[in-house]
Amino acid sequence: MRDSQEEALFEYLLRLGDDRLVLGHRLSEWCGHGPILEEDIALANVALDLIGQATHFLQLAGQVEGQGRDEDALAYFRDAIDYRNINLVELPNGDFGRTIVRQFLFDAWSVLLLDGLQRAAHPKLAGIAAKACKEARYHVRHSGEWVLRLGDGTEESHRRVQTALDELWPYTGELFAADEVDRLLAGAGAPEPAALEPGWREVVSDVVRRATLTLPPEGYMHSGGRQGRHTEHLGHLLAEMQILARSHAGAKW
Amino acid sequence: MAAAANEPGSDQWPLWEVFTQAKDGAPHEHAGSVHAPDPEIALQNARDVYARRGEAVSVWVVPSAAIVASSPEDRGPFFDPADDKPYRHPQFYKTPRGVRVE
Repeated sequence: MRDSQEEALFEYLLRLGDDRLVLGHRLSEWCGHGPILEEDIALANVALDLIGQATHFLQLAGQVEGQGRDEDALAYFRDAIDYRNINLVELPNGDFGRTIVRQFLFDAWSVLLLDGLQRAAHPKLAGIAAKACKEARYHVRHSGEWVLRLGDGTEESHRRVQTALDELWPYTGELFAADEVDRLLAGAGAPEPAALEPGWREVVSDVVRRATLTLPPEGYMHSGGRQGRHTEHLGHLLAEMQILARSHAGAKW
Repeated sequence: MAAAANEPGSDQWPLWEVFTQAKDGAPHEHAGSVHAPDPEIALQNARDVYARRGEAVSVWVVPSAAIVASSPEDRGPFFDPADDKPYRHPQFYKTPRGVRVE
């Protein structure tokens, strides 16, 4: 890496890749356990889309870094402290309603971010974002429709997704927090994190209202994921995700 | 025996028939069926189950209960009479002399 701009780009690509790798892995835990066959397949599809996006972002990160690390090296041979995902995506799945609420909060943001990144100065980054944005548009339609049905469903489903919304809300502050990396990338055409918040709020508020749910009050927001300060859940997730690659170095499957 | 889908008391979501179109201009063809509580989820489930490998550019879902089908006992009167009427196929007729066949 030559300068701070390239270092920032590397860091930024790790963030994009890690958010999607960790959330994709979490969703993959539903495989074979979905509430019905069709939804099991739907969740696995979204998981594969996210892991595919992560592959592209991490591959590009490795190229920008120029130290010979490919996407597998970055995925399997970094520890939790080197992961740059927001803490929202590493939280355990909980029940289906909680998984769906987490997914919706993420998807509604991801669409806006990827849409903006299509206009980034870096052509490869813009290209990956353009492809991923189409996938994200489907993801938010899927998770949003489920929030509507669970929120405006039975008394029990309403209670469960409202609880999930209340518990996950304090993890949404990280979506819009900005540091030096974001400021350098904004200079290269990436969206300013804070600029995405009004659009995200509009989408989330609309679905929450129509789902007869209540937006949680403003309060404490967790932070630290972008700097490698994670919940205890990420280490367990990585242990399961990385053990094969670490136990059998160079294994192909 | 468990109640069939669509029947009151069933714990299954209603069944929907899925039709996918492989490319523009091609007919929508029956691909299979999905369970879903309503049209939007039926459409999404159809997309996720039958169009996730690039098989389709368009998808239809139809409540299975809306399909009117011939029954096995219709087979004789409905279809057998066509067996000995080859003249209903265009290939039965010879092309007249003087007509150019491309």
